[in-house]
Amino acid sequence: MKGGIVTVLSNFLFGLGRAQFFLIGILRAVPAALLRPRAIIRQLYMVGVLSMIIIVISGMFIGMVLSLQGYHTLVRFGAASSLGVLVALSIIRELGPVVTGLLFAGRAGSALAAEIGLMRATDQLSAMEMMAVDPMRHVIAPRFIAGVIAAPLLTAIFCVMAIGVAGGHAIGVELLGVDAGSYWSQIRANVDVHDLIQSFVKATVFGAVISWIAVYQGYNAPPTSEGVSRATTSTVVVSSLSILALDFILTAFMFR
Amino acid sequence: MTEAPTMSAPAADSATLVRVRGLHFSQGRRKIYDGIDVDIARGKITAIMGPSGTGKTTLLRIIGGQWRPSAGAVEFDGANVHQQRQRGLYAMRKRMSLLFQNGALLTDLSVFENVAFPLREHTKLPEAAIRDIVLMKLEAVGLRGARDLYPEELSGGMARRVALARAIALDPEMVMYDEPFTGQDPISMGVLMRLIQSLNRSLGITSVIVSHDVDEVLSIADFAYVISNGQVLARGTPDEIRASPSEYVQQFLQGRPDGPVAFHFKARSLADDLLERA
Repeated sequence: MKGGIVTVLSNFLFGLGRAQFFLIGILRAVPAALLRPRAIIRQLYMVGVLSMIIIVISGMFIGMVLSLQGYHTLVRFGAASSLGVLVALSIIRELGPVVTGLLFAGRAGSALAAEIGLMRATDQLSAMEMMAVDPMRHVIAPRFIAGVIAAPLLTAIFCVMAIGVAGGHAIGVELLGVDAGSYWSQIRANVDVHDLIQSFVKATVFGAVISWIAVYQGYNAPPTSEGVSRATTSTVVVSSLSILALDFILTAFMFR
Repeated sequence: MTEAPTMSAPAADSATLVRVRGLHFSQGRRKIYDGIDVDIARGKITAIMGPSGTGKTTLLRIIGGQWRPSAGAVEFDGANVHQQRQRGLYAMRKRMSLLFQNGALLTDLSVFENVAFPLREHTKLPEAAIRDIVLMKLEAVGLRGARDLYPEELSGGMARRVALARAIALDPEMVMYDEPFTGQDPISMGVLMRLIQSLNRSLGITSVIVSHDVDEVLSIADFAYVISNGQVLARGTPDEIRASPSEYVQQFLQGRPDGPVAFHFKARSLADDLLERA
C-alpha cells in the first residue's frame, strides 16, 4: 500500500518534470514559430474559429440562465435594476474564462492531442526529425501559440454573448422587463478595467495550460489506438481540473 | 551464438560512410543488439536482412540519431552521430534520408506539397524551381499525375513511392530504405529496384536497404548483412551470402520453417500450456 502510493507519487512528479522540460522546449521554439505566421493562422482557424459555435451557443444559454436566476432573487429585494451588474461581473470575472476554458479543453484540447498523437503513431513526427525539421518549431509551437491567442478571444466572445446580444440582455430586458438603461448603466458603473484585465489574464493562462497539456499528451502518447485515446481523455480531464484549481489560485491572488 | 566469420573485409576507411561499432541496444527487457559491427560503404548498395523482429528498422533509427544505443558508437562520415547537438545532428540529417515503412507522409499536405516540404524548409529556391524539382522527382516514381491527391487517397504502395520522391528531393548522400518492396505489385517492385539502382549508379547515392525480400535485395545489393538475435550472422557480397555455410543463413535464405532459427517465440511446450488447469 505504502509502496503503491510512493510509486504513484514518483510517477506523478516524474511526469510533471518531463512536462516542464517539454514546456521549456516549446518556449524556446516560439520565436522561430512566430516567423511563420501562416502556420499560426492555420492553427488559429483550427482551434479558434472551429470552436466558436460551441462558445457562442454556450455563452447565450449561460447568460440566459444567469439572468433568469438573478432576476428572481434580486426582485425579492427590489434590486432587479442591478441585474446587469450581477450578470456582467459573474460572467466577466468567473464564468467567462472558466466555462470557455472547459469548453476549449473539450473541443480544441482533445483535437490537438489526438492530432499530434496520430502524427506520432504514423511516424510523421519522426519523418520531420529525419528531414532535419524540428517538430517543436513546426508542429508544437504554432499550436501552442494559437491556443494562447484563441482562448482570450473566445472568452471575449463568450462574455459578449452571455451579457449582451442574446443572453442576459435578451432575458432580463426583453423578457422580464428590466429597464435597458439601468441594465447597461449599472454595468458601466460597476465593471471596471481591472475586471476585464483579470478576465483576460485568466483566459490567457487557461489557454496556455490547455495547449501545453494537449500538445504534451499528444507528443508523448504511445503509438497505438489505445495510447491516442488515453492521451485525448487525459487532456480533457487534466486540463479541466487544472482550470478549476488555477481559477481558485488566480482569484485568490487577484481579488485580495 | 557466435558471430559468423567475416567473408569479405569491410570497406576501407575513406570508403566507409557509416561505421557502427559494438552496438548494444535494448527495448524494455528485450535485447535487440548485442554488440554488432556494420559498415556502410560509400556509393554502394548495402542490404540489411534478417527475420522479422530482429531490429532492422531499429538499426536505421539508430543510424539516423533518433534512438540512442545503450553502448557502442555510430559514425556518419567520421563524426559520432550520438555526440552531436541538435544543430550538428540536423546538418547530418540533411545529408541522409530515411524512407519509412509506412511512408510517413504529412497528412495535411498534398502529394506535391509533401515532396516540396524539405525543399521549402531547407532551400531558398524560387517557386518555379521547386515545382520543376518536385515534378521530376514524382516522375521518377511514376506519380506525377497524382500530385494533387492527399495521402489518404493513396494506396500503401503509392504512399511509399511518394515518400521515396520526398526522400530524394534534396539529393542526399545516403538513403535508408525500410522495407521498400513490401506491398508493391511486381511492376512497381521492378520499377523501384531499377530506381534504387539508378540513383546509386548515376548520382552515387549510398543506399541501405532493410528488407526480408531476399531475392530482390540480393539482386541489386553490393554488400549484405544477415542479422538475427542481436548478432551479425553473415556479411559479404550477395554471392558470398548465398554460398554461406551457416545453417542460420541458409534457413533464412530458403525460408525453411525448421532449423536453428526458431519460428515460435520462446515458450514452454504446447502440451504443458493446454494441460494447465485454468
